[in-house]
Amino acid sequence: MATADWNPLGEFYYRKAEVYSMEWSGLVDIAKHTVAVSTYGGPIALLKDESKTSRVATVAKPVISVYSAAGKLQNQMRWNSGNIITMGWSGTEELLFIQEDGVVLVYDMFLTFKRTFGMGQEAKDIKILEAKIFPSYQGTGIAVMTTSFRIFLTSNIDSPRIVRLAEIPGLNEAPACWTVVLLDRQPRALVAKGEELFLVDQGGQYQNQRPDLSENSGAIIAMAVSFNSKFLALFTQQGLIWIGTSDIQKKYCEFNTKSFQPPQQLVWCGNGAVVGLWDKLIVVVGPDKDWIRYNMDSPVYLVQEEDGLRIIGNDSHEFLHKIPAVTEQIFKIGSMEPGAVLYEASKEFQKQNQKADEYIRMIKDKLDVAVNQCIQAAGHEPEPTIQRMLLRAASFGKCFLTDYRPEAFVNMCMMLRVLNQVRHHSVGIPLTFTQLEHLSMPVLIDRLVLRKMFGLAVKICQYLKIPDSEGRSRILAHWACFKVQQKSEDEEKLARTISQKLVDVPGVSFSEIASQALELGRKQLAIKLLDYEPRASEQVPLLLKMGQDQAALTKAIDSGDTDLVYTVLLRLRDKSSQDFFMMIRGMPIACSLFIQYCRQQNIKLVEDLYYQEDNSWEEGNCKIIRSYSLDDVEERAKLLEDAMNCFLRCKNDFLAKQTEEQIKLIRYQRKLETDTGRSYADQSLQKTLYQLTVEGNHNMAEKFKKEFKVPDRRFWIMKVYALAESGDWIELDKLSRTKKAPVGIETFIDACMKNKNSLEAKKYLSRVPPELKVKCLVRVGLFREAAEAAIESKSEEDFDYILSRLGSAERQVADQVRALRPQLAIRK
Amino acid sequence: MDLQELNKLLKTQLAHLLISIPDSKDLVLDADLTKPLDRVVGIKFLKEHGVEKLYILERGQKTLPGCGKRIYLVRPSMVTMKYIADQIKSEISSGEKRSYKIVLVPRKIHVCEKILESEGVMGHVSIDEFPLELFPLDKDLLSLELPELFTSFFLDNDTTLLHTVASSLVNLQRLFGKIPNIFTIGKGSKMVYDLMNYMSEKSEDKKESKHQIGQMFIIDRDVDYVSPMCTPMTYEALLDETYKIECGVINFDTSGDGKATAASKLLLTSQDEIYTQIRDRHFSNVFSYLSAKAKELQALYNKKNNLTTVGEMKEFVAKELRQLKHQQKILEMHIGGCEHIMKTKEKTDFEETIKTEQCMLAGVETKESMTFIEEGIQKQIPLLQSLRLLCLLSITQEGLSSKDYKAFKTAFLHSHGFEHLVTFFNLKKLGILTEQEGIAASPRVLLPPAFSRKSSYRFLNQKLNLVPKQTEDIDLRDPKDVSYIFSGAYTPLPCKLVEQILVRDSLIGLEDVGKACGGIHSEIKVKNRSLGTVRGAQNIVDPTMKVVLVYFLGGCTFSEIAALRFISKQYDIRIIVATTAIITSYTLLDKVVERNNR
Repeated sequence: MATADWNPLGEFYYRKAEVYSMEWSGLVDIAKHTVAVSTYGGPIALLKDESKTSRVATVAKPVISVYSAAGKLQNQMRWNSGNIITMGWSGTEELLFIQEDGVVLVYDMFLTFKRTFGMGQEAKDIKILEAKIFPSYQGTGIAVMTTSFRIFLTSNIDSPRIVRLAEIPGLNEAPACWTVVLLDRQPRALVAKGEELFLVDQGGQYQNQRPDLSENSGAIIAMAVSFNSKFLALFTQQGLIWIGTSDIQKKYCEFNTKSFQPPQQLVWCGNGAVVGLWDKLIVVVGPDKDWIRYNMDSPVYLVQEEDGLRIIGNDSHEFLHKIPAVTEQIFKIGSMEPGAVLYEASKEFQKQNQKADEYIRMIKDKLDVAVNQCIQAAGHEPEPTIQRMLLRAASFGKCFLTDYRPEAFVNMCMMLRVLNQVRHHSVGIPLTFTQLEHLSMPVLIDRLVLRKMFGLAVKICQYLKIPDSEGRSRILAHWACFKVQQKSEDEEKLARTISQKLVDVPGVSFSEIASQALELGRKQLAIKLLDYEPRASEQVPLLLKMGQDQAALTKAIDSGDTDLVYTVLLRLRDKSSQDFFMMIRGMPIACSLFIQYCRQQNIKLVEDLYYQEDNSWEEGNCKIIRSYSLDDVEERAKLLEDAMNCFLRCKNDFLAKQTEEQIKLIRYQRKLETDTGRSYADQSLQKTLYQLTVEGNHNMAEKFKKEFKVPDRRFWIMKVYALAESGDWIELDKLSRTKKAPVGIETFIDACMKNKNSLEAKKYLSRVPPELKVKCLVRVGLFREAAEAAIESKSEEDFDYILSRLGSAERQVADQVRALRPQLAIRK
Repeated sequence: MDLQELNKLLKTQLAHLLISIPDSKDLVLDADLTKPLDRVVGIKFLKEHGVEKLYILERGQKTLPGCGKRIYLVRPSMVTMKYIADQIKSEISSGEKRSYKIVLVPRKIHVCEKILESEGVMGHVSIDEFPLELFPLDKDLLSLELPELFTSFFLDNDTTLLHTVASSLVNLQRLFGKIPNIFTIGKGSKMVYDLMNYMSEKSEDKKESKHQIGQMFIIDRDVDYVSPMCTPMTYEALLDETYKIECGVINFDTSGDGKATAASKLLLTSQDEIYTQIRDRHFSNVFSYLSAKAKELQALYNKKNNLTTVGEMKEFVAKELRQLKHQQKILEMHIGGCEHIMKTKEKTDFEETIKTEQCMLAGVETKESMTFIEEGIQKQIPLLQSLRLLCLLSITQEGLSSKDYKAFKTAFLHSHGFEHLVTFFNLKKLGILTEQEGIAASPRVLLPPAFSRKSSYRFLNQKLNLVPKQTEDIDLRDPKDVSYIFSGAYTPLPCKLVEQILVRDSLIGLEDVGKACGGIHSEIKVKNRSLGTVRGAQNIVDPTMKVVLVYFLGGCTFSEIAALRFISKQYDIRIIVATTAIITSYTLLDKVVERNNR
């Protein structure tokens, strides 16, 4: 009978069922321990303080053991720090110890120390009385009460910021009880002072709350906040349990336990019932004053969960919870809900009974509801055999539905498969479906990783088809980090093992693993691991950090990312310039990149670099470029001399000679400037000659010609144009009549025309050799004559040339010339 | 496949950046980013996203007016960082309160942050990046607009910008799928290819979409220096040489006062019907089209005389007239452009220049060519003109004899100044203007290792038939051969290689050529993509194989783009040209020339 263990509480039913029989059975007596249990099926921490239990006074420090929810020992250690006030778990399954002096020590579930922080100066100075660990919106929070009854709290232990809460007026002795509630997303403390309640917040405000208690109920001596922080239970001296909302605005009921003893634990079962524990007696009180009592065989410890209550005992681990509505609908005796009928139908169907058909007909219209109910109920069912039956019923019902979307069914099957896996006692995470929904799958996977159950985590990811980047790769990276911590293993072997497993896994950051290894002081391992990192941008910074400069530089260059190369180069340069130059010498890419950098920063440094490299040619070039930035002629000449020496060093006599000439030239120019008062600076040789000629300084020009061995022809061309520009037509004419002139007469015409003097130009026309006649005529603009000459010489080529040049001719002339074209053909 | 997708992506990214600073803000731009930005998003877009004022970052500008929020959108150069740091520092010291954000294009660079740090302004700025990489200039043309890549990589051996190229390819493939067949020609291209694989490997994003581009070529500029050194002959290339086309926008105003009015500016894309017709034509064939078009327009205008009813008139005015006016305006601009080009040509010794070029390409009458160049130097024609011819001479001769080299160099230095000693060095390092070894340098001369580059013009020419045998037969009006872009004198090597590899469907038979080009590397994932014979390609299995991306590392000319367009028509394939910048001989050489900045 499915409902055999159901106990009614008002209009609901509650069930208490065993989850595990504990592995620690016979070894552990929880009555002798301080217990702390992590929510969502988390691990159990036991603290045994010999000094308190043993009859003989000992100074032995307490022993701490961590067990899985199934009672399997994870690790044990002897405490060696200060006095522990409170032990508890964070939302991410870290074990927290709050010491007398307000220092919080954080351990992982295998009791590896992680970090520590303090709860403020006052706590340190005057010690704390009590501490509470509570879930907050930011993560996990801690509140402490100091010996002066002030409360300090932090909302997030990952980035602790300690705030002081308002003081309670007239509080001069330790309050009987207090707790933390989340109101308006903010943690506040609820402190009992006699029959009064005070709500204090971070803003320095306090509110005096008087819960609607019957008269003479006595002082409040215990309180409990529900999992969702919405409800509150109070216990008074007279044995009264008050149930209401956590803002005390609403009271649900008052229940008289008739016990003057305060309960050992006052907790909530989910958000629906309050549970008190007196030794081996558990009393469950509903909001409507209904109650159930359970007698336990041995001492137990109660753990509040989102949808129930875990009862941890010496031999078993039980779960007390409200029967979910959907389960009730199906299994309640005489239920006519569609789901219940479908379940029956399915059972009959398996017995091959025709009743199945009848049942189905009954719920024909509500079949989809029925299927959904069965699926949901399966989710809430802890027992796999019943899960299977419910799912079978759902599947059976589905057959009659044509357009039913299968996702819900498939998802539920997958979730249940995962849940059943993690509930197995070897894993020991007794999650309910509701809890999993709240916790989310990624967090569950994280929790498996925390338990170092990498294999299972990977399998679940693959089974759920979670993308590798979020699933498998991430888990393997964690696995590798864990591996790295195992110092006993040989580094070479370890690096190989890790790489073998991770090499094909996309998205695994070897650099992260390597940096983990580095943090643990395993530099060689880190270097080996880094070799497997495909992203140079990850690899290089870490190599630099490890002082592997050469390797960093090589990797950066190989990556082809010059930005990375620069990162290394600049870093190395800052470190030591001597080794730096030696190092980059053999690396042409690094070298040329650094030269580019220097070229923009400091050109002189480039010269040094080239000098170092024995690249005298480039060194000389740099000097030449730099010489142009100097103003003083002598300084420039000196720098050019340096350049010349560079060229001589690389045996480039030609360049050296050129440079020498240049030095000579600028010195001459300088002299000219002082002599004539005109500027010749930065003129080329040709332009200097030209300027001299234009200025009529022919003697000096001749002198330059000899000095710099300017060829005749070049000198003449310069002279012709210079004379034409200066308008010295007489001198020009004289020049043209020189015997054995190295330039043709057409140059003279061109020079005249260039200075727009067609009159002078025409004077030379008669002396033009016949083959150039046409071109020269065109040059002076005599298109008609040119055309006639072309016809005369029967040259089509010439005529075409004229035609191509007609663009600058007057329209009329152009037409005339075009008209002449046929004559050429006739003459031919 | 629409290249505008890239544009859309960039717009979204920029919008995010701009919105990240709420309310109104000022934008300070690097001068060389204004044109790309204008082209990609436009000024209106900036205004719509809260940009109040636009400034150009200038050297030495101590403070800027404007509101309390400022974004710098700049290239990650060290000098720029210093300017910005100076501005911020002086504004802070004068008590102005402002929030600063520096957006680096296309990515953050460690060195920049380092400089900001050492200048002590790191605490006042936030840094971000805007991956402005390839953006479309036309439906078949993408550009990075990074002209400095040429010198920084090929001359200074700085591989920084290769990262940008590789990243641009990774992002392009993220959008259009992984390109299965890839050929790289030259060393730099191979580096880009390796880098690209490395980057896409490590990127987390493994989403594979079906490729829309079947094949890709990455080609080093230094594989062929001939085509950028030749005088362009197609209309578009000539426009670029004469006016400079910047991000697809031309400014016909030559008054030189720099203030381009809207009236003289024109966006040159395939959207413009007239331009599409003439852009790739041989110049001799442009004017005839323009005049025919002018007549046609006139005829349409005249139509209005025949309109009888008011309705027809209204229709005409409303629809056609505007269109006609617009076309007429464009036509006028082009006609003006043509005339200007012709005039410019007349000023120089155009025919002789062309003739000399053709002789050099064909390897004949070398003596005459040399005389012509020498005379140019002596007559002090513009420096770049002489240098261009000299370079072409060296490339086609596979280096000058030591005697000639020295003579030319001396003449050049005497004529244009001693600082060109460095220019010649740079050109030698690039392998553009070289001295024949052996006879030349005495064996004791220590050459920097970079000087091993050598032109293989003759071999490649003979092997691939780059200079057509009968130049006379080319009909420039209706060309049958790619070489029409240089009046039949030369087929650009990159284009020829692309064609050959596409037709052959393999590298077999091109081994020697590959060696001479600095190595051809291929990765072929989809086989049997034969294009078959011209216009007869029926056996293509995968239609995306007919979409080919040609990426020029170090820039390409409009002549080459025209050549590739010709090939794409010839084989009925789609060729998309991507380039780090669009260059001409002058812009290319200009970067190499050492300027005496006094």
